[in-house]
Amino acid sequence: MAAVRLLGLVSSVCLVLLRPGGSSEGEGKRPGGVGDWAAEGFRVPQFPEVGDGLREELVIAPLQSGDVAATFQFRTRWDSELLRKKVSHYRLFPKALGQVISKYSVQELHLSFTHGFWRSRSWGHPFLQAPAGAELWVWFQDSVSNVDQTWKELTNILSGIFCASLNFIDSTNTVTPTASFKPLGLSNVTDHRLLRYAILPREIVCTENLTPWKKLLPCGSRAGLAVLLKAERLFHSSYHSQAVHIRPVCRDAQCLSVSWELRQTLTVVFDMFSTGQGRRDWSLFKMFTRTGLEACPLASQSKIYVDLSSKDQENKLFDVSPPPTSVQEVSFQGDRRQYAIFDLQDRELFNSSRNLNIMLKWKGLQEKGEPLAPVLYTERYISGYGLQKGELNTVVYNHHLYRAFPIIFMETVPWYLRLYVHTLVITTKGKENKPSYIHYQPAKDRLQPHLLEMLIQLPANSATKITVQFERALLKWTEYPPDPNHGFYVSPSTVSALIPSVIGMKTDSMEERPLFTTLFPSSDDSSYFVRLYTEPLLVNLPTPDFSMPYNVICLTCTVVAVGYGSFYNLLTRTFQREEPRTGGLARRLANTIRKLRGVPPL
Amino acid sequence: MAGAASEALRVKYTALCIAAIVLVVGLPLWWKTTETYRASLPYSQISKLDTLQLHLTLSVDVVFAKGCLTGEQQRRLPATQSREKEVTLNSKTSFLRRYEFKYRGATAQEEVALGTHNLPETDEELHWLNKASVGSLFVYIIPEASSLLAQGVSGYIGKHRAAVLKAAWDQGLRTEDILTVLLGKVEQIVQAMAFTDDTISTALSDRVPIGLFNKDAFADNRRAFKSNLGYEITFSLLNPDPKYHDLHWNIEAAVDNYIQPFLDKLAFVANFSVDSQILYYVILGVTPRYEKSTSSYTLKVNSLPHVINPLEARLGSGAASLYPVLNFLLYVPEHSHSPLYLQNMDGSRVTTNAFHSPRWGGIMVYNVDNRDEGYRTFPLHVDIDMVPVMEVFLTQLRLLFGISKVSMPEDVHLASPGTEGLTDWELDRLLWTRTVENIATVSGTLTSLAQLLDQIGNIVINDNVASEVYHAVDSVQAAMLELEAGRLESAFRASKDAITSSEKAFFDPSLLHLLYFPDDQKFAIYIPLFLPMAVPILLSLIKIAKEQKQRTKEPTKND
Repeated sequence: MAAVRLLGLVSSVCLVLLRPGGSSEGEGKRPGGVGDWAAEGFRVPQFPEVGDGLREELVIAPLQSGDVAATFQFRTRWDSELLRKKVSHYRLFPKALGQVISKYSVQELHLSFTHGFWRSRSWGHPFLQAPAGAELWVWFQDSVSNVDQTWKELTNILSGIFCASLNFIDSTNTVTPTASFKPLGLSNVTDHRLLRYAILPREIVCTENLTPWKKLLPCGSRAGLAVLLKAERLFHSSYHSQAVHIRPVCRDAQCLSVSWELRQTLTVVFDMFSTGQGRRDWSLFKMFTRTGLEACPLASQSKIYVDLSSKDQENKLFDVSPPPTSVQEVSFQGDRRQYAIFDLQDRELFNSSRNLNIMLKWKGLQEKGEPLAPVLYTERYISGYGLQKGELNTVVYNHHLYRAFPIIFMETVPWYLRLYVHTLVITTKGKENKPSYIHYQPAKDRLQPHLLEMLIQLPANSATKITVQFERALLKWTEYPPDPNHGFYVSPSTVSALIPSVIGMKTDSMEERPLFTTLFPSSDDSSYFVRLYTEPLLVNLPTPDFSMPYNVICLTCTVVAVGYGSFYNLLTRTFQREEPRTGGLARRLANTIRKLRGVPPL
Repeated sequence: MAGAASEALRVKYTALCIAAIVLVVGLPLWWKTTETYRASLPYSQISKLDTLQLHLTLSVDVVFAKGCLTGEQQRRLPATQSREKEVTLNSKTSFLRRYEFKYRGATAQEEVALGTHNLPETDEELHWLNKASVGSLFVYIIPEASSLLAQGVSGYIGKHRAAVLKAAWDQGLRTEDILTVLLGKVEQIVQAMAFTDDTISTALSDRVPIGLFNKDAFADNRRAFKSNLGYEITFSLLNPDPKYHDLHWNIEAAVDNYIQPFLDKLAFVANFSVDSQILYYVILGVTPRYEKSTSSYTLKVNSLPHVINPLEARLGSGAASLYPVLNFLLYVPEHSHSPLYLQNMDGSRVTTNAFHSPRWGGIMVYNVDNRDEGYRTFPLHVDIDMVPVMEVFLTQLRLLFGISKVSMPEDVHLASPGTEGLTDWELDRLLWTRTVENIATVSGTLTSLAQLLDQIGNIVINDNVASEVYHAVDSVQAAMLELEAGRLESAFRASKDAITSSEKAFFDPSLLHLLYFPDDQKFAIYIPLFLPMAVPILLSLIKIAKEQKQRTKEPTKND
């Protein structure tokens, strides 16, 4: 009976994650046929305009800590039945990616390169967080017969396109999550065997990754918002994350045909305190050392949003100049936020000055005090001592005052840390918290990593601690990477949650909403979807002395030689008793003394 | 004393035994266990391939229509006749070409076909009657009085594998003399339709130093892509100025109408994929010069090489396949630089406004009509006229595949290739050179692989690679045999197989696994084992040798 209930709960959560638009009271109901999502009232992203299109958008949000986050989004839409036709013609969509999609039968592709860590606790929830290093997850179409082989080839191609070390993705760091990652676009595949997920926490992101990313934009970096993307500023920041998301979406409201959407996002966080002499004022020029913006002529929409919402709703604490085109209220992540909108296609905006330099000045006293923590955030660390055993600790905080909600926690641990699942303990407020669903796939040495997925209920206003012990394995001497004393990375774990909203969100059509609100398909007004990544961990493994193999060879050879030498001597030498001769100093001495004494000599 | 002597003898034997064991068992064992695995390869056959002696046989049916020959002449007509010529390019490369002429009278159906007055129809009819196989040719001789060919035209080459020639000789000649007159003409036509010594020599150009060939044939060869298993064709529309020009091209229809029929015909030769893209904000690497007299901009032909490199970075050549890419770019100049014309060295305009780059692709400049810009709003909506563009690109495509115009005497007419853009005999021409080129490439690949294996002992050859090598050798031999027998189609197939296998073997990553393991390191590792073992053995061997010497000396002293 318990098993049945558990299954029901799991399926319902999966259902909610999978189809955020699905009715939340469909709890007991098993999902019907895959094809009938339309009948169930699942709302898919809607885009009324037809033809290839490009939209660009920049969201600037002052963070509670005083930093400023800038998020660029470029959305290229491609109306093509990619999978049926042989000849492909590209207009705005980059050919390199289109060929990859059609050759490897990709359903959805999500790739991110990140430098730094998004500090959820002081910065709040990002639009889309990405783990440090490189992350790639891909849904393949069900026509792919050998998913692992295709995945291998795909990672190699992508590593060439983005100049990254994605070719280091192999079976030892690839997993197939069962519940955490669901297709974000239009899809009728839900068989998780078509999904592959990998993180490379060691990957370092730099200019050589940014250049190919910019090259995918139709206007390149020569017009539009991408003009601001100068490498020397972007990598001089606290957090830099660039991503590519490809997914199929509905072509129109009827959703009879499919379009492909390429979303390129870039988030960067500037530390305005340290670069701005302790002031929190910012301007486009200060952040990017560039002005002279104009819309990309190919874009159908080109807008800059500035987040105006602050803790203190009544009195505005800052001024934005020049005056925005309009001010809009957007419900996002369970909150109503005010955005000043600068429409770059609006000629009036450029009337006052040729160079658009958006500035924000704080009035009077600056906000002080502890920043307000977001509803959900995490912490992770390693405990233990010595080089044999250790413990992975993850603390997940639910700061919602009165609502409990479930999360799906996913942990991928490399095989050389041997997890002991019997030591898995989840405690909330001093009591044990039993997960309602556990999927554990043990590691195989040199073949696959550990995968642990759990569905955990977080009570309101609580901290939940997940601990699991591990043992460090000894690697073969060729398996150590260069600089092994730096340590080994354990990739960030993910926490996916549907967080109850504070306000009722309006579920208006996708097209009217800013781009940053439409990445996760959501039309359920009572909750919103968030995926957080914890910090990557660095673990020291016992490291041998790497001259050891040569020493071993020398030692064995010496032992063999010594053994052989004595054996050889035994066989080839003759041993004879030597006749004592008259010589010998002691004897002669003794004889002289004896002579003196008159005793016969020896 | 006897005991001591026998003891010394035992010691001697023991030392010798141990030395023998070390030499006979130990050393081979060590050798065997540290050896790199190498499957056996057909070295002798590969070394035979190193000297290429090709035999190319082309069979030509020479059909005499009624009225060309008198009964007496007809009777004395031999059934077959062949002409051979051996060409030696260098000590290791030579080929023997052989035209086999089969003479016969026309059949009744052929007579009917030749009796019509419409050349293309006749051509179709004859093709339908003979169904000439790939690589074979038909030459029809019609009486001088026939009205099939117009006055002043002595020959016609059809779309397929047939040619029609007018009998132009003195009726009173003997058959032998007629044939010598005829063969000169037929040979000329056959060389145009199949291969000449020059085309075959240039196909073998990798094996011989430059400077031995006819200049034109060599230029053709340099321009054309090397024989490959597949090609990616990419059409790019370059719009450097999207603010002023909103360009639209109907590339889907253009590809379907112009390129696809051509590629379908060539499908037998290689795999093709066609893509198109539009690129924005792409600039040429050179600034065009303003001409006041015509108020236009010009680019000199000699500055064109600088155009391609900056463009190349934006083209995004095929990441998803290993085939070479053929780029065809349609460049619409910026508003401030138009109209733009290409200029020859002598100052005249290039009529097509296009140029091609050998083994890379072609670029065409397309000017947008800007004259009445006064009352237009920007961006200007432009629909590109695809017909002239595609004509240029198709011509360039033919050049890049090495299908060149053949030189013909004035009075021989050629049929137009029609919608496919390629006649059957042009395809044959391509196949002849490609087959020879493939064979040369395979022999080059295999011999250099053998050489490499000879020079570098650390290369591993696993069974997989070995089987590919065997397959390549078999296929290339088959291809040469088929060429000799005159079966072009199967020869080409075999040569394609051979090239696939040989490339697979040559570029197999397993070859490199142990490549870097230098000998000095090996030495350093084994010295602690070898030194303490070898020293006692050597010392005792020296001792034994010394004793032996002494003993042989002693008896001589006594004497």
